[in-house]
Amino acid sequence: MGYENDFPMQQIVDKDGYFVREDYKNKITRDLVLTFYRHLIRVRAFDRKAKNLQRQGRIGTYAMFEGQEAAQVGSAMALKENDWMFPTYRDHAASITFGHSLPTIFAFWKGRVEGGVPPKGKQIVPPSVPIATQLPLAAGAAMAEKYKGTSNAVICYFGDGATSEGDFHEGMNFASVFKAPVVFFNQNNSYAISVPIEKQMNSKTIAQKSVAYAMPGIRIDGNDIFIVYFETLNALERARNGHGPTLIEAVTWRYGAHTTADDPTKYRNQEESEKRREFDPITRLEKFMKNYGYWDEEWVEQETKLIDEEINQAVVDMESMPNPNVSDLFDHIFAEPTWTIKEQKDAYLTHLRGEA
Amino acid sequence: MQSLTLIQAITDGMRTMLKERDEVLVLGEDVGKNGGVFRATEGLQEEFGESRVIDTPLSEAGIIGSSIGMAMNGLLPIAEIQFMGFIYPAYEQIMTHATRMRYRTLGAYTVPLVIRAPYGAGVRAPEIHSDSTEALFTHMPGIKVVCPSTPYDAKGLLISAIEDPDPVLFMESLRLYRSVRGEVPDGKYKVEIGKGVKRKEGDDITLIGWGAMMPVLEKAAIEAEKKLISCEIIDLRTLYPIDKDIIAESVQKTGRCVIVHEAHATGGLGNDIISIINDTSFLYMKAPIQRVTGADVHVPFFALEDHYLPTPHRVMEAIEKAIYF
Ligand SMILES: Cc1ncc(C[n+]2csc(CCOP(=O)(O)OP(=O)(O)O)c2C)c(N)n1
Ligand SMILES: [Mg+2]
Repeated sequence: MGYENDFPMQQIVDKDGYFVREDYKNKITRDLVLTFYRHLIRVRAFDRKAKNLQRQGRIGTYAMFEGQEAAQVGSAMALKENDWMFPTYRDHAASITFGHSLPTIFAFWKGRVEGGVPPKGKQIVPPSVPIATQLPLAAGAAMAEKYKGTSNAVICYFGDGATSEGDFHEGMNFASVFKAPVVFFNQNNSYAISVPIEKQMNSKTIAQKSVAYAMPGIRIDGNDIFIVYFETLNALERARNGHGPTLIEAVTWRYGAHTTADDPTKYRNQEESEKRREFDPITRLEKFMKNYGYWDEEWVEQETKLIDEEINQAVVDMESMPNPNVSDLFDHIFAEPTWTIKEQKDAYLTHLRGEA
Repeated sequence: MQSLTLIQAITDGMRTMLKERDEVLVLGEDVGKNGGVFRATEGLQEEFGESRVIDTPLSEAGIIGSSIGMAMNGLLPIAEIQFMGFIYPAYEQIMTHATRMRYRTLGAYTVPLVIRAPYGAGVRAPEIHSDSTEALFTHMPGIKVVCPSTPYDAKGLLISAIEDPDPVLFMESLRLYRSVRGEVPDGKYKVEIGKGVKRKEGDDITLIGWGAMMPVLEKAAIEAEKKLISCEIIDLRTLYPIDKDIIAESVQKTGRCVIVHEAHATGGLGNDIISIINDTSFLYMKAPIQRVTGADVHVPFFALEDHYLPTPHRVMEAIEKAIYF
C-alpha cells in the first residue's frame, strides 16, 4: 500500500540554510543565489501590497500566496523564454517571475478583464479560476509544441485540492499517453480552502499519483528554492527531449487565509500556522546567504528600495488605467460579433447616452 | 416566527429537515467545519455530526454523482455546489443520470436530490463566480428548478425540494443572501414548487422576474408609479415548471409585459415566458412583450458587471416602450 515510501521529500538546503546535498555546491553561482533572493522579496512585497489594497477597498477579493514563494519563483525561473505557463489564481509569484506585468495582475483583482492579457511575447495563460481545468489545456498546449517540433515546454500549476477533480486525472493521462512536454507542478499547501489534505485524499503524497500514469514523480520541499529550481529544470529538460510529462509535488504552506474573503480561524489554528515561519522560504535563503558568504546588507537594502518603488509605481499604473471600456463587454466574444450581440451593443450604448 | 435573512432561512430549512428525517444529508466543499463559504451550513456539522454534514473532496462530478447514488439508495442528499459557475463538471451527472434514472427504469429507481447553488452577479466577485445559467437546467427534462427571493419562500421551497421525489436545482441569489430579511415560521412548512406569487397588484403592465431581479423590479415599479403607470409584479419562484396560470391571468388583465432576467438573452427563460403568453393570451396583448436581460456575452469581470446586469432604469425604459407602443 505504502507508495508514499517511494516518494521521500527531497531537499538541497535545510531550514537552517545549510546544504544537505553537498553535490549541488558547485552548481550554485552567486548570480543564481542573488536572483533567487531578489525574486522572492519582490513577489512577497507584491503579495503584501495586494492584500493591503484589498483591505483599503482599492481592489476586490485577493488570494494571497505568502509562504509559497519559493515553490513559485524557483519553478518559474527554470523556464525558458518561449515556454508556456498555466497558473491558478494563487500563482502570481510564478507569473511575475516569468515576466508578467505587476499592474496587469493588480488589474485582474480589480475586476478588469485586461488582467488576463499576457505580456507581449510571453505565453502566460490567464489564472485558472475553475479548479484543475487548466491541466488538460496544458497537456494540449504541450502536444501542440510537440507536433510543431519545437523544444518548448509547458508548466502547469495546481493545488492539492485540484487533484480530486476529474480534469486533473484526464490531463495527466493525456500528457502521459501522448508524451507531452509538460511539467505538472503541484503546490501542496495542505488545504483546499478549509478542507485539510487528510480529508481530500487517502494517499499520503501527491507525487505517488504519478505512478498511475507511468510518469516520473517527485516530492520536494517547496520552501527550498534550490530543490524547486533544479528539479523543475530536470523535468523541463526531460520534456524538451521527448521524454514526456513529470509530476512535481512541492510541499509548502500558506500562512494566511485562502483569500481575503476567507476566515481561516473557522477551520485551523492560525497561531500554529504562524509557527510555520520557521520553515519560511525567504528566511531560509537569508540564512543560507549568511552561512555561505552571499549576504550583502547594502545590496539587500538597495534591492528592497528598488522593489518598493517598482510596486508603488505598479499601483499608480493600475489606478491610472483608463476607465473600463463598455465596448469590451461585447467586442471580444467572437472575431466578428453576431447580429444579436451587435443589436444588444447598439441598444445598450443608446441607453447609456440616454437616448432610449 | 423569527426574522431571518435569506441565507439564515436556508440554513433553518436544512436544519429543520436534518432534524425531521434521518435520510437527509448535507454534502459539499467546505460545508462542514467551515460552515460553507457563505456560512449557509454554519453550525450544522456541530449539531448533526460528520456523517450527516459532510466535507467532500473538491469534485463537483463526485459530489453530484455520489449524491445521485445515495438518492437512488434511500437517502435524501442536499448537495452544495459552491458557486453556480463551478457546476459544469457535474453537468454530465445531472443531465445523464439525475434527470434520467426514473425514466430509464420506469420508476424503479428515482433521484430525490437537491442541488443548492449560489448564483448571480453584483457582489464584485472574481470571474466565473457570477454566472446565472438556469436555462441550461430548465432545458433538461427531469429536473425542477427553483429560485426564491424571500426568506419565507427560501425555507418553504427548500423543504419542498427536499421532499420532492425528483431532482431539484435550488438557486440561491448571493446578492440577496444578506440583503433581504423577513419573517420565517419555526419548524416545517412548504411553499409549493411550480407556483409563482404576485408581489404587487397593478393594472397597466406585468413585470415578471425571480431571485435577485425582484428588488430591481420593485424599484422600477416605484419609478413607474411616479409616471402614473401601475405595475403588477410577479415573482416566478419556480423556473421549471413555470406557473403559467399566474402569468396568463396577469397579462390578460394588463395586456403588457416586461420580463427581466440576468441570464443571457438567447435561450434565456424569458423566451419560454413569451411562448406561454403567446399560447395563452395572444389576443389580450396590447404591445410586444419586452425583455430586459443580460446580453449574449459572458458575465463580465466585475468592473463592468453593472453594465451587464438589468437595472431599474433599463426596466423603466422597457416599461415605457410597452406603455407608449
Ligand atoms: C471547479 C471549482 N470548484 C470549486 C471552486 C471553489 N474553490 C476555489 S479555490 C478552492 C480550493 C482549491 O484548493 P487547492 O487546489 O488546494 O488550491 P489552493 O487554493 O490551496 O491554492 C475551491 C474549492 C472552484 N474555484 N472551482
Ligand atoms: Mg491547497
